[in-house]
Amino acid sequence: MAKKGEPIIEVEGIDTRFGDHVIHENLDLTVKRGEVIGIVGGSGTGKSVLLRTILGLKKPDAGRVRVFGIDFTTLPEEERRKNEQRWGVLFQDGALFSALTVAENIQVPYREHLHLSQQLMDELAAIKIAMVGLRDTAGALYPSELSGGMRKRAGLARALALDPEILFLDEPTAGLDPIGAAAFDELINDLKETLGLTVFLVTHDLDSLHATCDRIAVLAEKHVILVGTIDDMLRSSHPWIHEYFHGPRARAALAGK
Amino acid sequence: MAGLGQRSDKGERPQGAAACRIGIENRVLRIEATGDWSIVHLDPVDRELRAVTSGEIEADRAIIDFSGISRFDTASATVLERTAFFLGERGLKVDLTGVNDAQQLLLDKIDSCGIPEPVRVPGPPLYIEILGKIGETTRAIGAEARGMLGFIGGVMSAIWRTILHPGRFRMVPFVHHMEKSGFDALPLVCLLTFLIGAVVAQQGAVQLRTFGAEVFTVNLIAIIFLREVGLLLTAIIVAGRSGSAFTAEIGSMKMREEIDAMRTLGLDPMDMLVVPRVAALMITLPLLTFIADIMGLIGGGLVVQVMLGMSPAVYIERVAAAVDFWTIAVGLIKAPFMAAVIALVGCRAGLSVTGSAESVGSMTTSSVVRSIFLVIVLDALFAMFFTAVGV
Repeated sequence: MAKKGEPIIEVEGIDTRFGDHVIHENLDLTVKRGEVIGIVGGSGTGKSVLLRTILGLKKPDAGRVRVFGIDFTTLPEEERRKNEQRWGVLFQDGALFSALTVAENIQVPYREHLHLSQQLMDELAAIKIAMVGLRDTAGALYPSELSGGMRKRAGLARALALDPEILFLDEPTAGLDPIGAAAFDELINDLKETLGLTVFLVTHDLDSLHATCDRIAVLAEKHVILVGTIDDMLRSSHPWIHEYFHGPRARAALAGK
Repeated sequence: MAGLGQRSDKGERPQGAAACRIGIENRVLRIEATGDWSIVHLDPVDRELRAVTSGEIEADRAIIDFSGISRFDTASATVLERTAFFLGERGLKVDLTGVNDAQQLLLDKIDSCGIPEPVRVPGPPLYIEILGKIGETTRAIGAEARGMLGFIGGVMSAIWRTILHPGRFRMVPFVHHMEKSGFDALPLVCLLTFLIGAVVAQQGAVQLRTFGAEVFTVNLIAIIFLREVGLLLTAIIVAGRSGSAFTAEIGSMKMREEIDAMRTLGLDPMDMLVVPRVAALMITLPLLTFIADIMGLIGGGLVVQVMLGMSPAVYIERVAAAVDFWTIAVGLIKAPFMAAVIALVGCRAGLSVTGSAESVGSMTTSSVVRSIFLVIVLDALFAMFFTAVGV
């Protein structure tokens, strides 16, 4: 088993362009195993694009991405699929399959990749549902019957189905009420503790950053301008970072700590 | 019980995969878990443990030994925690040994989640379900008919308001929809009706030739196209093209709360969205039908010329002899009614979209199916009406 602290995601010199519009230019980022890294940046700085690039959903125009020390683009199809089972992704609105119930959604990776008895799959789905803090009746519901917060939790349960090593979260607390958001932060910390997860967290939520992140990476001016702890952020003199972490909302979030 | 006391893993399992040695000694059940207990290898051992907990157990104590486990995850924690729980239920005193810190953390987590009760959806018996479906569908048809009637009333009153205050009429969307549902549909309508005209003429000529009556092919084409086929084809094409577009446009606006936004800004979606579309289609469908009639006649004429050697001049003369004013009028009178049906069904389906993207898809499908169905029903009713009045 790999050790804590070694690099698990390595992004080297990524360029991303949409037509003439340059999103990333020579962007570097390293995520260490076992940490929760928060990605912040203004709207349109390409946080979600970076997430999609790491996941291989978007091909970078230059540079390379290695996850688990593997460059996925050079991997044969079979190997890639196997390694893709080692991460879990929670998309912004859960991205649950609308034709399946929550429990069936969670069982999709089991059904596709493993041979398990239906009974065991049902039990595992029930455990994941309980783990993310949904009521056990939620398993039989369809995504359209869930509230936004419940959909996110259900999406998280599906992302956790195969006990991933890395968990990618795209704005998990956006659109949640403060109580739900705080519960979600707690859930992330809890899961990181028990499952030894590495968490890649794209967020705007200052409270979330304070509550969960070991390190924060700031995306601005087409690349990562600073990676460090929250204290590093507070000390930074870069105008955008200063504005972000010393603005009225940030002060309120800090005061709560 | 069978299998107890033997090594239970079988030869086909990969090296190092999850295994458990199960045995009873002095009324103590020992379960020694070894190997990679990650979810990939879990199924066989899960079955074995399930067999143990559901079978007869001649023991008062149970020891589950974790020390041989090389990989452990939530799934294996679930299986072992469940096993321990069920053994406890059976009155055994259960001890877990050789558990390391990380494993303990996971076990505690699973424990705090409670022993899983498999998610099951109980369904009613089949006959109840069938009866329920029939009842539900009947009720839905009734509700839909009532809703449609209300909607037609709403559109009527909106049109009346527009007539009283012509300034309310939205000219730009009206022209836009005329272009989109009329002008842009021209190539498709022309090509299809031309081809169908040719096919009808060809089939007619072949069949009528056996009676030596091939000259009547012209009457066949002229009457069938001007009275029925030209309009029906056009209406069906327009229902597929524009009816679906109306539903999808209005439906996605509804989904993005644009309709609600209009209401809060004091704009009436009926005025803004429905009336221009209905009006545009009621103008363009008769025009398209007229062009479709002409194209069908041209297609038929071409075949007649090739197969029967009839010159265009003679063809036109014979067409003129075969039809009178009412033949053309019957086709064109029906057109605005069908246009209204298509537009109303399309707009109403769009407005009944609920929040989700899939409902836009399903409403679009049902709008097309419904409008084609209604167009054909309406055509049958008109046929009865025109027969009754004798034209």
